[in-house]
Amino acid sequence: MKILVPIKRVADPDNANKVGVSADGRTIETSGMEWKINPFDEYALEAALRLTEHGVTKERIGEVVLCSIAPADVATTLRQGLAMGAERAIVVEQDDSALDAFAVAEILAALVKREKPDLVMLGKQAVDGDASATGQMLAEQLEWPMATIAMRIEVEAEGKRLKVGREVDTGVLSLRVELPAVLTASDRLVHPHSVRNGVTPADFSYPESDGGRYASLKGIMAAKKKPIDTLTLADLEVSPTSLCDYTQFRLPSARGGQAVFVNSVAELVQHLKQDAKVL
Amino acid sequence: MGPILVIAEVLDSSVRKASLVALGCATRVAQEAGTHFDVLCIGEGASQAAAELGSFGAKRVFVTEIPGGYVCERYLPTVTHLVEQEGHKFVLATATTYGKDLLSRCAAKLKAGLASDVTDVRLSNGSLTFERPMYAGNVFGTLTLNTEVNVATLRQSEFSEAVPQGTTSEQVELPMQAAPLADRVHFLGLEQVASDRPELTDADVVIAGGRALKSSENFKNILEPLADLLGGAIGASRAACDAGYATVDMQVGQTGKVVAPKLYVAVGISGAIQHLAGMKGSKVIVAVNKDKEAPIVQVADYVLAEDLFSAIPALTDALKSAS
Ligand SMILES: Cc1cc2nc3c(=O)[nH]c(=O)nc-3n(C[C@H](O)[C@H](O)[C@H](O)COP(=O)(O)OP(=O)(O)OC[C@H]3O[C@@H](n4cnc5c(N)ncnc54)[C@H](O)[C@@H]3O)c2cc1C
Repeated sequence: MKILVPIKRVADPDNANKVGVSADGRTIETSGMEWKINPFDEYALEAALRLTEHGVTKERIGEVVLCSIAPADVATTLRQGLAMGAERAIVVEQDDSALDAFAVAEILAALVKREKPDLVMLGKQAVDGDASATGQMLAEQLEWPMATIAMRIEVEAEGKRLKVGREVDTGVLSLRVELPAVLTASDRLVHPHSVRNGVTPADFSYPESDGGRYASLKGIMAAKKKPIDTLTLADLEVSPTSLCDYTQFRLPSARGGQAVFVNSVAELVQHLKQDAKVL
Repeated sequence: MGPILVIAEVLDSSVRKASLVALGCATRVAQEAGTHFDVLCIGEGASQAAAELGSFGAKRVFVTEIPGGYVCERYLPTVTHLVEQEGHKFVLATATTYGKDLLSRCAAKLKAGLASDVTDVRLSNGSLTFERPMYAGNVFGTLTLNTEVNVATLRQSEFSEAVPQGTTSEQVELPMQAAPLADRVHFLGLEQVASDRPELTDADVVIAGGRALKSSENFKNILEPLADLLGGAIGASRAACDAGYATVDMQVGQTGKVVAPKLYVAVGISGAIQHLAGMKGSKVIVAVNKDKEAPIVQVADYVLAEDLFSAIPALTDALKSAS
């Protein structure tokens, strides 16, 4: 199975409260913040690696290709993914700050036509824009079936189709999709038994973790030699169109006032009844 | 601006309460723009569910019965066909997992701009402006869509629900359109978590537990009596969901549900950025946390810095004896 995993780099999400806005409100400022792989893309990558390896021997039985639409220095971020185990990477060199999901999907669709993967695995959302749209838009542009917010994947029919559990509001919705298809990853996809590829023994347990695997030293060394190709929009013969215009940004209004520290349950109840009037 | 279309979400042959905010927004925008809105009620049990939609002031309620559960690719051709046939210029739904799945793909099919999970919709000079949270609610962006058709999903907690208008909408059967991808993706089932409590996003009171609860038994024994007493829903942090103390549908946060109840009680939750993104719009926030410096304190109105294992049962008892 060949899987394409688009990677977006985002300003360190654990410091998202340090994101600023320029004085004229025209731009979002993240300077000084560290670039991280969008966590959901990391989960997608972890799942892609599990789908294409023998979990016990770690023998590779498929190919994972990373791609990113970003300025050239995104290569540093992609190396981390290569160190985790992906075979190669592609940079579509382009300032991505003003591209909306529709435009990103157009570029990815062009790349899919060139790479011909069986599966595209994206994160369910990028934690900067928080839109949850790129995967759906890509699926539509490719006219492929999709399963978003995947939390469980099981390979069926020797890799011709997947059974996918989607994490929806009221529980888990299961779909069977024929490949080629587009999937988007939820955070639960990295749980010990979330991915079953039919090769790794069913009772095999991946370690408890709330993210992707750590790169081994060997992985890091190997990543230095793995190819990262650079393409331009012209190479892909695509001229993407953004359909959204952001005109203004602002910081959220602060919640009013300081917290009141109460000394007892009785005091809390009194406040909730008399001041807050919520009981 | 031309007419508006609301996509209602059907679950178990009834309209999900979440959809009422999309109807409320459509009512207001239609009024301001001097146009009308229609509703599409689509899916298994749509005919039965449509009966609930007749009195909200929609011009027509279109009904498409599609057997089997929700599969985007099976619904989509009918949705876009209706938009094109009726010339709808604004298509909206509530930003549930269903709304985000269906409308993002719908926007792409219509080659229309999408504003996802918006917190505000304004009409000025005949065109729509949206505001939406980004970076886990740490920045708000204002945007317009430069296409003739605008598509948006609405953050439930930020909009008011429609109220019945005492009118009767015309009900129109809309046949399901051919779905070319239908043989490549199949619905297998929906495992729902049964609960007698209100849905997290509909509740006035949310009692939420974190990693500190240590087990699903504690979730049940410590949090449930308090939630039941206050008629509240139970929420959880991602750490609690990941550890299996709570089911995934209970997660509050950037990647779980966004809630804004009158009262949110965070029990043994540290208040990570991703958690705050889902609850800082709550009217009153109470933190019960041993650590006076936990980040949750920065958004809390009241902090009880005690051990939850004694504080929560004591709180439940105090409220019981007071009522
Ligand atoms: C991409 C991504 C998305 C995420 N999305 C979400 C999301 O949607 N929602 C979410 O919640 N998290 C999310 N997270 C996880 C988030 O970063 C935190 O890890 C998580 O919220 C922590 O959960 P917690 O507060 O229960 O646990 P902890 O951070 O471990 O906090 C436990 C708290 O309990 C207190 N405590 C311990 N014992 C007691 C006691 N006996 N009595 C009283 N207090 C006690 C401690 O002081 C501490 O403050 C996300 C993370 C990532 C990377």
